[in-house]
Amino acid sequence: MATEGLRENETLASLKNEAESLKGKLEEERAKLHDVELHQVAERVEALGQFVMKTRRTLKGHGNKVLCMDWCKDKRRIVSSSQDGKVIVWDSFTTNKEHAVTMPCTWVMACAYAPSGCAIACGGLDNKCSVYPLTFDKNENMAAKKKSVAMHTNYLSACSFTNSDMQILTASGDGTCALWDVESGQLLQSFHGHGADVLCLDLAPSETGNTFVSGGCDKKAMVWDMRSGQCIQSFETHDSDINSVRYYPSGDAFASGSDDATCRLYDLRADREVAIYSKESIIFGASSVDFSLSGRLLFAGYNDYTINVWDVLKGSRVSILFGHENRVSTLRVSPDGTAFCSGSWDHTLRVSVGGSYFGCFFLSFFDCLKRGGEREGCYRKIDDKSD
Amino acid sequence: MPCLRKVSQHRPRAAGAAPGPVWWVLARQMERMIVSMQDPDMGVKMRNQRLLITVIPHAMTGNDIVEWLIQKYGISEEESLHLGNLIVKHGYIYPLKDPRNLVLRADESPYRFQTPYFWTSTKWPATELDYAIYLAKKNIRKQGDLIEHEKDNYNLLHKRINHTWDFVVMQAREQLRAAKQRRKGDRIVIDCQEQAYWLVNRPPPGAPNVLEQGPERRNCHTTRVQLVSGGYRAHGPVALATSSRCSCRYIKFNEQYVPHDPIMSGCLPSNPWITDDTTYWAMNAPMVPTPTKLRVERWGFNFSELLTDPLGRAQLLDFLKKEFSAENLSFWEACEELRYGEQSRIPEIVDSIYQQFLAPGATRWVNIDSKTMERTLEGIKTPHRYVMDDAQMHIYMLMKKDSYPRFLKSELYRNLLAEAVIPPETKKRVFPFMRKQRHSSPSPALLPPAGDTEDCGGLMLAVT
Repeated sequence: MATEGLRENETLASLKNEAESLKGKLEEERAKLHDVELHQVAERVEALGQFVMKTRRTLKGHGNKVLCMDWCKDKRRIVSSSQDGKVIVWDSFTTNKEHAVTMPCTWVMACAYAPSGCAIACGGLDNKCSVYPLTFDKNENMAAKKKSVAMHTNYLSACSFTNSDMQILTASGDGTCALWDVESGQLLQSFHGHGADVLCLDLAPSETGNTFVSGGCDKKAMVWDMRSGQCIQSFETHDSDINSVRYYPSGDAFASGSDDATCRLYDLRADREVAIYSKESIIFGASSVDFSLSGRLLFAGYNDYTINVWDVLKGSRVSILFGHENRVSTLRVSPDGTAFCSGSWDHTLRVSVGGSYFGCFFLSFFDCLKRGGEREGCYRKIDDKSD
Repeated sequence: MPCLRKVSQHRPRAAGAAPGPVWWVLARQMERMIVSMQDPDMGVKMRNQRLLITVIPHAMTGNDIVEWLIQKYGISEEESLHLGNLIVKHGYIYPLKDPRNLVLRADESPYRFQTPYFWTSTKWPATELDYAIYLAKKNIRKQGDLIEHEKDNYNLLHKRINHTWDFVVMQAREQLRAAKQRRKGDRIVIDCQEQAYWLVNRPPPGAPNVLEQGPERRNCHTTRVQLVSGGYRAHGPVALATSSRCSCRYIKFNEQYVPHDPIMSGCLPSNPWITDDTTYWAMNAPMVPTPTKLRVERWGFNFSELLTDPLGRAQLLDFLKKEFSAENLSFWEACEELRYGEQSRIPEIVDSIYQQFLAPGATRWVNIDSKTMERTLEGIKTPHRYVMDDAQMHIYMLMKKDSYPRFLKSELYRNLLAEAVIPPETKKRVFPFMRKQRHSSPSPALLPPAGDTEDCGGLMLAVT
């Protein structure tokens, strides 16, 4: 069974050896092109001033752990899902709940807003991804119009609409990703290659390309061609499960957050990891990452209840936000970059803003005083594994 | 540091089950931190702590712990207290005073390192039997006066493992007797150690369960060796760029976009989330009569920015009309509709594209090179989602390399820049006690579907 496809002079062992040596050659080639570190080139970039963050909205209403959230393109509405099966659509600006639906399963680990703003998708331990059209008709039961789209053989960990309401990309604990036609539920393409659960995915921002990146329990981040189903690139430098992947705004790179307590930046053209964001005092896994609009800042939510903000270019941490009373499980920057929303196992979602120290007159005088001096450690250089 | 051993019990370690690998990663990291905290030279300052009349050796104050973390990791007091609290919550350090609350106080409260015997990773998972013995001991000592949830658990266990209850009670009595032989100080420590362990492994209702992990991962194991054709063999390294070239791209991107990043540079007139004023969103709505200067500037960064902004795209269309090449944009939009459209409508959409743009004598015939045209026309015979990819890319590159640079130099664009507005900054209130009313907005789900413009009904239009 595992040996189908072998040619005459091959054995599993010989192929494994060949794969290893080819990997080695790849690394050599990659290394030849690596002439300077990102943070070294970034030395000439102006350093960020003291950075302050403040929570501006707290959304209470979920009865259990919040697991996932997504923004609507209108820059203020969000959809969130939780452990108790509830999926809620909020106008987070006013904190009003606009829609709520209860899924037939617990642990709804994935949810997404459709580009039109007219539907949401969600799924979890039911192994499916379902689409709910949003309706304001009081006589209509949202659950009645539910469309069952994706079917996996294990839990659904992530889902995302593509450029339209008519296609959904899913990631699953069954180790695969898949592209589906919403209307018919037809499987358009499947993506095999991860050696274990796939935990996250993100679509490339380019309107010419047709690629996406996924991360999994096999510690690998893989870039896929949506049309052919082939894996184009693969990165394996994390020491543990990759919980979150997000493209850099230009589409040339992506960041990952992992249970090994680090976030990393992978450049697609250099085909390698180019930065690692870590600190000795951070030992809990990063569950969720997203970039600010310019890509200068990387927001990362951690299992130690905090959100750390990293200077993407220089590699240092610029700020830390407390407030959540349990794990931060999901984090997304709003579509126009004015704020970011974090969801937590403490049942709440919080919309927060950030700014430089001197631009923040909105903060009270006392908030500013509270920010004590903080010696920011430098990030670990890639080849320094002394910790 | 002396390891205070419990009375020896021959109990096999919990049958088989090892903690999931994910938990191990954190446990390893925490234990490393704990070990460095216990370093005789560089670790936390330890001293004898007085607990009422008893002296407990090898203890430290909450303050010492916080200070040590601040010095060792170069973090703030707030972060240090937060981290220290998590260490206590996970049972690696326990309080001697008020042992029922696993909380770190940054004062003179005494704390101690948990013995490795009681590290959650050592004794994993906590067994029912052990818990029963612990509760039985408490029950005997307190003569039946257990706290609510412990009483419930005790009764539950009594039912569930009733067959071994004699053993449970016997063990409990034995341990209590052995404990009486110890010095008061040792007894207090062992009690605290045990209590901390059970607070972590059997948290009282309402308290957070730090060991909870979420749904199990690694349910499937791909044991088959994937012999995918291509793989590493046919597929050489994609990397063609040096690190320095890539890094310079980041620097350039950063320079261009930081002024447009509201979190980095603020936004005018004000950030709606801060001032509760939605003017910023109104001024940057998908279709406005007068766009802001930043927005119009952004169209000049790259073709993608112009195309993905609905207003920018409308301006591009106007420009292309003047150049008699508007069909290119329409063709591109129609191809997008195909790529991201409903599976069942594919033949219909392909045919529509053919009729409008590719057929000889078509009203909006697009100028594609003959090879691509030939390939496309052949492909149309068996229409699929990607059948227009080559043609679409050709037209896209045409617009990008040819029309776009001319657009940027055009009078149309120059006028747009000149007329673009720079919103005045809202005066910030220093004492924002009077909150502005937060207005709601109509949900996109309420709006009628975006009206059909030329061809494709605004597939790509962002919603207000």
